[in-house]
Amino acid sequence: MVSVAQVWNWLDEVPDPEIPVISVTDLGIVRDVALEGETVVVTVTPTYSGCPATSVINFEIEKALRDKGVADVRLERRLDPPWTTDWLKPAAREKLRAYGIAPPIDGTRAEGVVAGRIKRLTGVALVVPCPRCGSEETQKVSQFGSTPCKAAYQCRSCLEPFDYFKCI
Amino acid sequence: METVVDLDAALFEGLCRMGDTTLVLGHRVSEWCGHAPVLEEDIALANMALDLIGQTQLWLGLAGDVEGKGRDADALAFRRDAWEFRNLLLAERPNGDFGQTLMRQFLFDAWHQPMLKALEGSKDARIAEIAAKAGREVAYHLERSADLVIRLGDGTEESHKRMQAALDTLWPYTGEMMMADDVDRTLAEAGVMAAPDSIRPTWEALVAEVLGEAKLKAPEGAYMHKGGKQGTHSEHLGHMLATMQWLQRAYPDAKW
Repeated sequence: MVSVAQVWNWLDEVPDPEIPVISVTDLGIVRDVALEGETVVVTVTPTYSGCPATSVINFEIEKALRDKGVADVRLERRLDPPWTTDWLKPAAREKLRAYGIAPPIDGTRAEGVVAGRIKRLTGVALVVPCPRCGSEETQKVSQFGSTPCKAAYQCRSCLEPFDYFKCI
Repeated sequence: METVVDLDAALFEGLCRMGDTTLVLGHRVSEWCGHAPVLEEDIALANMALDLIGQTQLWLGLAGDVEGKGRDADALAFRRDAWEFRNLLLAERPNGDFGQTLMRQFLFDAWHQPMLKALEGSKDARIAEIAAKAGREVAYHLERSADLVIRLGDGTEESHKRMQAALDTLWPYTGEMMMADDVDRTLAEAGVMAAPDSIRPTWEALVAEVLGEAKLKAPEGAYMHKGGKQGTHSEHLGHMLATMQWLQRAYPDAKW
């Protein structure tokens, strides 16, 4: 009989389909693993509600467990509490940076206030260091990058465009 | 107007109002895909549309559960006609130019974000969790649309002129967002959905601040259109649905 710990270890090896350098557990979207008799129940929370990777992720999780010989797999969706980038594992942040994506800067979640107002209140605009050269001379090009979870930035030092994994 | 007495019937209506609005606006925004003025904006618009469609799946999925007639989110999205849609009229307004699309987005986001905040306090846990999820996404929509309205309103002579024209065109469709009817009152009294009129002070303050910074002026004493929430739509919705629903109408139950 398979153990819960074993299932978690297997899930550590299931890559995120959009950003294959990190796993579904790195991303913090696997909320629970439980055994119900012979059935392995994996509870997953979506990153963004419209993320097209969600169904692929569910498929990959189910496939990975079946490949390990688990016959009965059930996936459950949990919305509450909503996924947050705070759940990204520290090691995953380094993997993102090495992959060319600036990791989220904790505590900078959008609160639905006007950007100019944030700057006036805090005195500083959000500084996202370039994942390639480390320069802090970067600028936001667009609030949304290649996927909803990222913003498009450009480095003014090395001129490379890059994605910033937004804090949510 | 019909009077809704049954809470579940009102809840189905209320959920369709949220889900149809995000669906129709999401589809409208997606019409920009491949047509936006610059690549970055094209991608941004497509991503926002994706968020809205994702939220639609949650709202209409719950609406189908509440209704209990076996209709899922897809059935509600693709198998209903215009008069069964409960979206806000603002959402179905045509895109116009880029400025008009952004102005529509801002006027909506300024309502959507505080509405979701209020819905987080719903006594119905299913509604509260969808609102909490969607709210985090919409906070980014609002920051983006407000930022761009300011930049374009207080931009060049041409961009200012276009943003003012967009505001004049869309303003008469904003009132409906804050008008409560029997359905809204039934839901508000039961503590499951927030009354639309309770959002007005927050919306007005935010809109005034952003329009002020954008050097734009809201029209005074404009007539406010209504009816979308009750299923009375402009001619634009039918045309949009004809495109959006075509495949499922021509090939029912077709699967990707």
